[in-house]
Amino acid sequence: MAQLIGGIASSHIPAIGGAIHKGLQKDPYWAPFFDGFPPVHEWLAKTQPDVVVMFYNDHGLNFFLDKMPTFAVGAAAQYENADEGWGIPTLPPFRGEVDLSWQIINTLVGREFDITTCQEMLVDHACTLPLKLLWPGDVCPVAIVPVCINTVQFPLPSAKRCYALGKAVGDAIRAWDSDKKVAVIASGGLSHQLDGQRAGFINKGFDLQFMDSLLSNPEWATQFSTEELVLKAGTQGIELLMWLAMRAALSTGDSPAVRKVHSNYHIPISNTATGLLALEPCD
Amino acid sequence: MTITPLTVAIPGTTLFDGEQAKKGYALNRMCFSFNSQANRAAFLADEEAYMRRYALTDTQAAAIRSRKVLDMIAAGGNAYYLAKFAGIFGLNMQDIGAQQTGVTVEEFKACLLAAGR
Repeated sequence: MAQLIGGIASSHIPAIGGAIHKGLQKDPYWAPFFDGFPPVHEWLAKTQPDVVVMFYNDHGLNFFLDKMPTFAVGAAAQYENADEGWGIPTLPPFRGEVDLSWQIINTLVGREFDITTCQEMLVDHACTLPLKLLWPGDVCPVAIVPVCINTVQFPLPSAKRCYALGKAVGDAIRAWDSDKKVAVIASGGLSHQLDGQRAGFINKGFDLQFMDSLLSNPEWATQFSTEELVLKAGTQGIELLMWLAMRAALSTGDSPAVRKVHSNYHIPISNTATGLLALEPCD
Repeated sequence: MTITPLTVAIPGTTLFDGEQAKKGYALNRMCFSFNSQANRAAFLADEEAYMRRYALTDTQAAAIRSRKVLDMIAAGGNAYYLAKFAGIFGLNMQDIGAQQTGVTVEEFKACLLAAGR
C-alpha cells in the first residue's frame, strides 16, 4: 500500500511568485518568509514523496460562477498553469497521478461526498506556489492530485465537512495499491482580508491558536461556522479550511497524533499573515 | 425561491453569497474575461464597448468608471474577479486595501506591520 509520509501547509500569496521570479528570497522584506522553508526542504529530501495531494482554492482561473463546485478533484495526466490577469509569471505544466486521482474520487463518492471530477483543469497560484516553494528547482519532482475547495461563493463547505473530506482523502491514500510515497499539502491562509472596509484585517492571536490546535486538538476549528471563521480570520483567511483537510488526512482511527517537523509564522507578506507547518504521523 | 440569509454580520464585509452572485454576475463575468491579455487590451481600447458586450448594469458600469472597489463590491463584484480588473491598472493589494479603507498606501502598510507586533 502507498505510504502517507506527512502533510505541509503553506500560504500562497501571489506576490511570492513575483519574489521568486526576481530572486528576492534574501531581501529583508521577504527573508522572514522564505527562511521558514529550508528545514522543510531537508525533511522532503529525506522523505522523498513521489506524489502530493494539494488542497487549494481556485481564484477564478479554472472555475467561474457559471459552474462552481464545492469540492473538485483533478483527474488529469497534466495540469497547466495560465495567465491569471494580474501579472504573476506562468509556470510550466505539472504532472498528474491519474491512478491516485481515481482512488480518491472512488473513495470520496463511496463515502457520500458528491464531488466534481475534472479531466482538464487549469491550476492557479494557489496550487502552483506551494510546489515552487517546497521544490524550488526548475523541475517539480512530484506528481500532483489537486483537490479544490470552494472559497469564492458562499455558502462554503463547513470546517467540519472539510475535515471529514480530508479524513476520507487520507484513508484513500493509505488504501491505494501502490508503492509510492504521498504527502498532503494545504495551500492558503492564514488570517487576511482583501475586500471591503475591513481590508487589511489580520488576527495573530487566532492564527497562533489555530496552528497550535492542529497539533493538540485538530478538530478545534470545526466547532465554528463559516461566518464565525470569517469573523476571526478574514474573508480570505477562511482558506484555513485547506489546513483542516490536510491535518485530517493524517489522522487515522488508531493513530490520530502527529509530530511537528517545522513551523513558521510571519506578518505581513502583502496583506497576509503567513503560516508554514509541516507534520508527520506518529508511528 | 428565496436564499437563506447568513446570520452573523461581519463589520466592513460583504460576504459573496447567492444574492451577491446573482446581482454581480455580469460584472464578474467581464472581470473573469480579463484572464486573457487580448481581452484586457480590448477593454483598454474601448472601455464602454467592452462593458456593453458584457451587459453591465448602469450601476456596475458607473462603478467600473469610478475605479472604486467598494462601489464594485456594492454592485455585486467578487474580490477574486475584481483583482483581475485591478491588475489591468497595475494596482496591487496594498493599493486596493488603502483605497477601500480610505488611508494612504503607506498608512495601510503600517497597519499591516503593526498587526505582527
